[in-house]
Amino acid sequence: MPTVGLFIPCYIDQLYPRVGLATVDLLERAGFRVEYPEDQTCCGQPMANTGCTAEARPLAERFLTLFGGFDYVVAPSGSCVAMVRCHYDEYLAGRPGFDELKAKTFELCEFLVDVAGVAQISHRFPHRVGLHQSCHGLRELRLAQSSELVAPAYGKAQQLLQLLDGIELVTLARPDECCGFGGTFAVAEEAVSCMMGEDRIHDHETAGAEIMTANDMSCLMHMAGLIRRQKKSLRVMHIAEILAGYPV
Amino acid sequence: MSHAPLAAQFIADRPRATWHDQTLWFVRSKRDKAAQALPEWEELRECAAAIKAHTVAHLADYLEQFERAATNRGATVHWARDAAEHNEIVLRLLQQHQVRRLVKSKSMLTEECHLNPYLERHGIEVVDTDLGERIVQLAGEAPSHIVLPAIHKKKEDVGRIFHEHLGTAAGATDPNYLAEAARHHLRQKFLQADAGLTGVNFAVAETGGIVVCTNEGNADLGTSLPRVHIASMGIEKLIPRAQDLGVFVRLLARSATGQPITAYTSHFHGPRPGGELHLVLVDNGRTAILGNDEFRRSLNCIRCGACMNTCPVYRRSGGHSYQTSVPGPIGSILAPARDPQTHYDLPQACSLCGSCSDVCPVKIDLHHQLLSWRRELAQLGFLSASKRLGMQAMSFVFQRPGLYRTAGRVARWLVPKLPRALVYNRFNPWGRQRELPEFPRQSFREQLAARRRRGQSHER
Ligand code: SF4
Repeated sequence: MPTVGLFIPCYIDQLYPRVGLATVDLLERAGFRVEYPEDQTCCGQPMANTGCTAEARPLAERFLTLFGGFDYVVAPSGSCVAMVRCHYDEYLAGRPGFDELKAKTFELCEFLVDVAGVAQISHRFPHRVGLHQSCHGLRELRLAQSSELVAPAYGKAQQLLQLLDGIELVTLARPDECCGFGGTFAVAEEAVSCMMGEDRIHDHETAGAEIMTANDMSCLMHMAGLIRRQKKSLRVMHIAEILAGYPV
Repeated sequence: MSHAPLAAQFIADRPRATWHDQTLWFVRSKRDKAAQALPEWEELRECAAAIKAHTVAHLADYLEQFERAATNRGATVHWARDAAEHNEIVLRLLQQHQVRRLVKSKSMLTEECHLNPYLERHGIEVVDTDLGERIVQLAGEAPSHIVLPAIHKKKEDVGRIFHEHLGTAAGATDPNYLAEAARHHLRQKFLQADAGLTGVNFAVAETGGIVVCTNEGNADLGTSLPRVHIASMGIEKLIPRAQDLGVFVRLLARSATGQPITAYTSHFHGPRPGGELHLVLVDNGRTAILGNDEFRRSLNCIRCGACMNTCPVYRRSGGHSYQTSVPGPIGSILAPARDPQTHYDLPQACSLCGSCSDVCPVKIDLHHQLLSWRRELAQLGFLSASKRLGMQAMSFVFQRPGLYRTAGRVARWLVPKLPRALVYNRFNPWGRQRELPEFPRQSFREQLAARRRRGQSHER
């Protein structure tokens, strides 16, 4: 049985354990052995995105050591996987095992579709759902076609959600507008960030969604913060929770 | 003031910020429709990027070729190292011809060089003849967008400005009425002008010709009536051959406004009979960018404005929040190259969504360049001490798994017990409009370990 090294981003480990558990369930049900390297912490993206390369470098090096030995590396986050696949070159180019690491590291939905070949999911999810395309999964990992490009449409998360019985995916006015989380951007540009989040929520509400989902919990954390403050009825769920059949 | 507080000011008028966002999103949607109508769109982008990369790599040769060809056609070529030299050259030309009144069609380069105030200080009347530019000029402001200079003005604002300066009826907001008044006003200015200045969209090395794209035909009027035509261009405007125009003209208007082509695409090959054509080629920091592997591609820019229209931050913060002649994603790359001291905050005014890179007709990897600028600027010491310290602390913790686990456990135990005022206060920008997540009692790793101890496959 091939072994997946489970990469759980730090904030999911600390704040959203259910997302991690749902990921484990999905991978095990798809027939993989799941190992969780206990010493993992953070991929270094916050430091790298702030320009602090000296602070990010040791975390990239740790990552290679911790995850280099698995058949696959899977994370329930497009953003953190994009860090490894698209931005680790700066720190690890030429290191033994790095090219292999990049080739075997996957975002969860991408892994379920492209590697595990998941073609059916047995449970029902009778809800109206809006899929928020998290930007790094979309435009770095190309998990779906971005609306700017003139090319055939596809979407891996969407493909999986459509396997659920009873689900209704709503049509958003802006298919892939950013939610405004953006890491430190969320606090450095607080006003713009919150307006972006509110507009994104509004788009989901107008489309009639009961639940907003995404590949990245960080986007959802930001928007859930706005939703809870404004006491709105829209719910957020990470896509792993929905696919694993966890209750709303 | 840096970008963030100016953006917050803009957003404080929420209905206006929403209107601004929706207006520009509409332009982006028109662009999408126009692009989708061309199945070969992505091929065109590839082609344009390749032509630009080639031209920039051989820029010195193409510049010389262009100078020779343009001179043969009877134009005079001037070289300006920087903005000051550009302005001096223009002023000297105007003085030589006893020009008192200059009409200008759209030129972002002259904005970059702050030409208008310079000429006005020397007693020359400068009239911007592009409608949008005239509006902001009358309002005493800078353009807020490179293609749609007055996009931040509602028709009510324009009515007020025209009432004050052009004597239109008080309270008038009908766009046709206002445009007619502007047309009348500008016609006078065209007739009185002693010289016309235009920007340049493309300069063709092979032919020595220049191409100016406008929707109002004002460049043509401004160069047909007065005898002297000055055209100011950055040295990156070159393309090698006339046939390359086919690629760029198709991309430019579709990307900019969703039109198949601008209403006027005017070609100038040498001066008109009895007239003079002066071409001022400006460096102003461009060769420094050319010499930088990381940022060279930013010279591909054809100034279509699509990255502004698509940028979720630009749409909600307005062009003026960038405090630079070219705002938005491309402006946030060009400005720190010119003056990092003043513009170091701009690469951070970005959520790294990447939409700009996918929309850009010449395939500049804008969001990756913004990320590279963050690194570059941090190395130059332009990162706030608090951010730097925060990142150092985080990195320290993340390199020590035991410390990370303990810190997480303590925070999850402590924060929910704190009084609300201690968590939500002015030191916590996250919490101004947002709740923090509910902290779970156990982390993922603790729950997974517990589950595996119990040998269960499920815990819900
Ligand atoms: S960077 Fe690209 S999208 Fe932005 S103005 Fe220049 S050409 Fe247009």
